[in-house]
Amino acid sequence: MATTVAVPEMTDKSPRRSSLLEWVTTVDHKRIGIMYLLAALFFLVCAGTEAALMRIQLWKARFDFLEPDTFNQLFTMHGTTMVFFVGMPILVGFGNFLVPLMIGARDMAFPRMNAFGLWMFILGGLLTYYSFLQGGAPDVGWFAYAPLTSATFSRGMSTDYWILGLMTSGLGTLSGGINFIATILTMRAPGMTFGRMPLFIWMMLVDAVLIVIAFPPLTAAQTMLLLDRQLGAHFFDPQQGGSAVLWQHLFWFFGHPEVYILILPAFGMISEIIPVFARKVIFGYESVAAATVLIAFIACGVWAHHMFALGLSRTIDIFFSGSTFLIAIPTGIKMFNWIATLYGGKIRFQTPMIFCLGFLAMFLIGGLSGVMLAAVPFDWQASDTYFVVAHFHYVLFGGTLFGIFGGFYYWFPKMSGRLMNETLGKWNFWLLMIGFNLTFFPMHISGLMGMPRRIYTYDPELGVDIWNQLSTIGVLVQAAAFIVFAVNLIGSLRSGERSGDDPWDAWTLEWLTTSPPPAYNFEVIPAVRSRRPLWDLKHPEDPDWEHE
Amino acid sequence: MTGQRPKGLIPVQAKRHGRGILLLAFGLLFFASSVFAAGETNIVQTVSPPADSIKFLFYLLLAVVGAIFLIVEGALIYCMVRFRKREGDESEPPQIYGSKPVEIAWTVAPALIVFVLFLVVLRSIVQIRKVDVPEDALRVVVTGHQWWWEFHYPELGVTTANELHVPIGDDENERAVFLDLQSVDVIHSFWVPQLSGKMDVVPGRTNLLWFATKQPGLYRGQCAEYCGTQHANMLLRVVAESPEEFERWAAQQAKPAVDDPKVAAGRQLFMSLACMNCHTIKGTPANGTFAPDLTHLMSRQTLASGMVENNPKNLRDWVDNPQSIKPGCLMPSFQLSSKQLDDLVAYLETLH
Repeated sequence: MATTVAVPEMTDKSPRRSSLLEWVTTVDHKRIGIMYLLAALFFLVCAGTEAALMRIQLWKARFDFLEPDTFNQLFTMHGTTMVFFVGMPILVGFGNFLVPLMIGARDMAFPRMNAFGLWMFILGGLLTYYSFLQGGAPDVGWFAYAPLTSATFSRGMSTDYWILGLMTSGLGTLSGGINFIATILTMRAPGMTFGRMPLFIWMMLVDAVLIVIAFPPLTAAQTMLLLDRQLGAHFFDPQQGGSAVLWQHLFWFFGHPEVYILILPAFGMISEIIPVFARKVIFGYESVAAATVLIAFIACGVWAHHMFALGLSRTIDIFFSGSTFLIAIPTGIKMFNWIATLYGGKIRFQTPMIFCLGFLAMFLIGGLSGVMLAAVPFDWQASDTYFVVAHFHYVLFGGTLFGIFGGFYYWFPKMSGRLMNETLGKWNFWLLMIGFNLTFFPMHISGLMGMPRRIYTYDPELGVDIWNQLSTIGVLVQAAAFIVFAVNLIGSLRSGERSGDDPWDAWTLEWLTTSPPPAYNFEVIPAVRSRRPLWDLKHPEDPDWEHE
Repeated sequence: MTGQRPKGLIPVQAKRHGRGILLLAFGLLFFASSVFAAGETNIVQTVSPPADSIKFLFYLLLAVVGAIFLIVEGALIYCMVRFRKREGDESEPPQIYGSKPVEIAWTVAPALIVFVLFLVVLRSIVQIRKVDVPEDALRVVVTGHQWWWEFHYPELGVTTANELHVPIGDDENERAVFLDLQSVDVIHSFWVPQLSGKMDVVPGRTNLLWFATKQPGLYRGQCAEYCGTQHANMLLRVVAESPEEFERWAAQQAKPAVDDPKVAAGRQLFMSLACMNCHTIKGTPANGTFAPDLTHLMSRQTLASGMVENNPKNLRDWVDNPQSIKPGCLMPSFQLSSKQLDDLVAYLETLH
C-alpha cells in the first residue's frame, strides 16, 4: 500500500480535464482501452438494432415488414458486427486497460502500435458500415460462403466493403495480439512468475496467441476472395477449377479459434471476479490455467465441425467429432473449478458477481448444446437451424456478454473512480436474464421443428409462430435491460458514489493504485510474491505464498 | 483455518438425489417430445431409417446433457444458497487452494461420458452415411438452383421440380431412395427432417444422401444453407406413395406434353417470348434448363418452389409478375397484356 501514498487523488475540480485532442492522440493503454469499450458499445447499439428489426420481421409466418434483401443484409451485419466490432473490441479493450495494471507495468509493450490497433478497428468498422450508404450492406452472411460471394452472385460493392473492412480491423486485432504477448512475456512486475500471473492474464495471453494463429488465414482467404472478385482469379469458383470447399476450410480455421478468442477473456474475467465475491482463492489455479492452454490447442483442430453437412468423408467427420467432444473436457474442468470456488465461500451478491453466476448458469446450457452438436448425425439435423443460433447465443451472449457485464460493473470504479448503482445493476441483470432466455431458449425448439437459420420468412405450415413470438418479446425485455445499463453507466459516471482505490476488497495489482490510475499506473513497481499480492498485504499473518 | 480443506467436498444429499435427477431428466425429455408432437416437420416425427437413428441419438444426448445440466445447476444453486454471506459476518472463509483427487475425478468422469457418446456417434455415422448404393435403389439427381429444386430420374427419363415423388417400401423391399446432390450455382442444402439429416448441395461435387420410408405421405423440407435473396422460399416437398401410384406418376411424367390446338395462341406466345430460353416443355422446341421443367406443370401441387398453391389465380399472378410473389427471384415480369396473360395461362393449364 505504501506505493500509492504519494499519488495525488484525482478530483472533479482537477484542472487536467482531458480535451478531445488528448484522447484521440493518446498512447495511454487505459484511455485506449476505454475508447475500445466506447466504440464497441456504439457498434453494440448498431448490431442490437439490426437484431431487433430481424425479430420484428420474424414475428409471424409470411410477415411483410422487411424486404428479403434487407433482412439478408441485417443478419450479415449483425453477425459481422457482433464478432468483429463488438465482441473482440470489448475484450481487447478490457485487456488493454487491465493487462498492464494487473501485471504491474506502466503501459503496453508497444504503446503506439496499441493506438494503431484501436484506430484500425474503428476505421474497419466504419468502412464496413459505410457500405449502407454505397448501395447496400453485405448480404452474404458473416461466414460469406463461396461461391455466393463471387462477382457473379454478389454484384455491387457490398462484399468488397466486407472484405476490406474486416482486413483493416483484422490488422488492428493482430497488432493487438502481438502487443499482448510481448507485454505479458516481458513486462511483468518482479516476482510475478508464470505461476503467479492472475488468471485473466493467463487467458489474455492464450487469447492473444490464438489471435496470432487465427487471423492470418482469414486475411489470406479474404485476399484470395478479393483477387477473385476484382482481378478475375478463380480460387473459389468451382466452374473454373476453384473450390467452394476451400473457402470453408480457410474461414473456419480462423472461425473456430475465433469463438474461443471471444470467450477466453470472459473466462478470465469471471476467474477474477468470482473469487473476490466468494471471498475465496480460485479453486485449482493450475488446472484452470492448464485447461485454458488445452482449450486453445484443441480449438485449432475442430474447425471442420462447422462442415459436417458438407459431405466430407466419414473419416474427417469422425476425427472432428472426436476433437470437438474432447474440448468439452477442459471446459468442464473450468466450470467445476468455478463452482468449487463458491463452495465454502461467503458469497456477496453484488452486481458483478450476479452477472458471473448468470454466466455459469447460461454458459453451461451453451456448452451442453455444443456437446450435442459434436454428435455428427445430430448435427446433420440441427446444423444451420435455429438450434445452432440458440447454441452460440448461449455461449456468446449467455457466456461472453454476461461476463463482460460482470467486468463492466467490477472494473468501472477503477476506470472512473465511481461505483455503478447497485439497484439499477440488479434490474439490469434480471431484465437481461429474462429477456435473454425468452429470446433464445425457444430457438432450440423452432430449430428442431425444422426452421433453418437465415430465412427472412417462414411457411405457416412449419408451426413455429409461437416460438418466434416468444423470441421477439424477449428482445423487448432485453432492450429494457440495455436501457437500464445505459442509464446506470451515464448516471454513475456523473454522480456515482466514490469508490476509493479498492471498493471490492480485491487481491490483484490494479486495486493497489488509485481509481482512476495515474498515467504511469504505479509510482513504484510493486514486487509480487504470490498470485494474490493484495491478499498478502492484507493478511500478513497468513500470506498466499505459504500455500502455493 | 486457512489452507485446510473441509471434509466431504460433495454434499451428502446430492448422492441421495441421484434418482430424482434422472427422473427430472426424463421429465424434460417427455416435455420435449410433447412440444414436437404439435408440429409435423420436425426431427422426431421420423419415418425413415437415417432420421430414426438420429432421433434415438437425440434422445440419448438429451438424457445425458439433461442429467449433467441438473447436477451442475443444482450444485451451483446449492452453493449460492448455502454459502451466501450472512448478515454481520465480515470474517474471511477458509481458503481452499485445490484438491488433486477431486480435480482428477471431474476430469475423468466427463472424459468417460464423451468417450461413450463418441462410440455411439461412430456407430450412427456408419449406419447413416452409406457409401455403397444398393442395386435396386431409386436414383434421383437433385440439382439445386437459386431458388428451386430440380429432380431428375435418369432411369425413368423424368424431370420435375420442387416436388420429389418416391415409392414407399415394405418389410420385404426397403426401396431406398439415393439422391445425387449437385448445384449449378451456389451452395444449397437438402433437408427433409422426417426423412434424414441435411446434406449440402455443393457446386463442383456430388454428395450422396439416402432415405427409405414405409409410410405414404407428404414430407416437407427446405433449403438449409443460405443461398441468396430467396433462400427462405426454397421449399421442397417429398411425396411418398405406393409403388403402383409412383409407377403411374412416373409413366405420365415421362410422356411429352399434350398438344391441344385450342390453346395454340398461348403456345405460340410461350415459344415467341423468352419463356422457352429458360423452361423446357418436352415435345416442343422449348428446352431451356435454367428454370423448372414445365412439361407436366399442372401435376404439381405448388408454384414458386412451394410458396403458393398451384391454382389458376396464382398461376396467372405468377406469370404476370413473379416478383410480387417471390421478390428477387430470377424470373422477370414480361409486362404482358391481359389477353396475352389469358392465352399463356390457358396454355400452361393444359400441361397435365
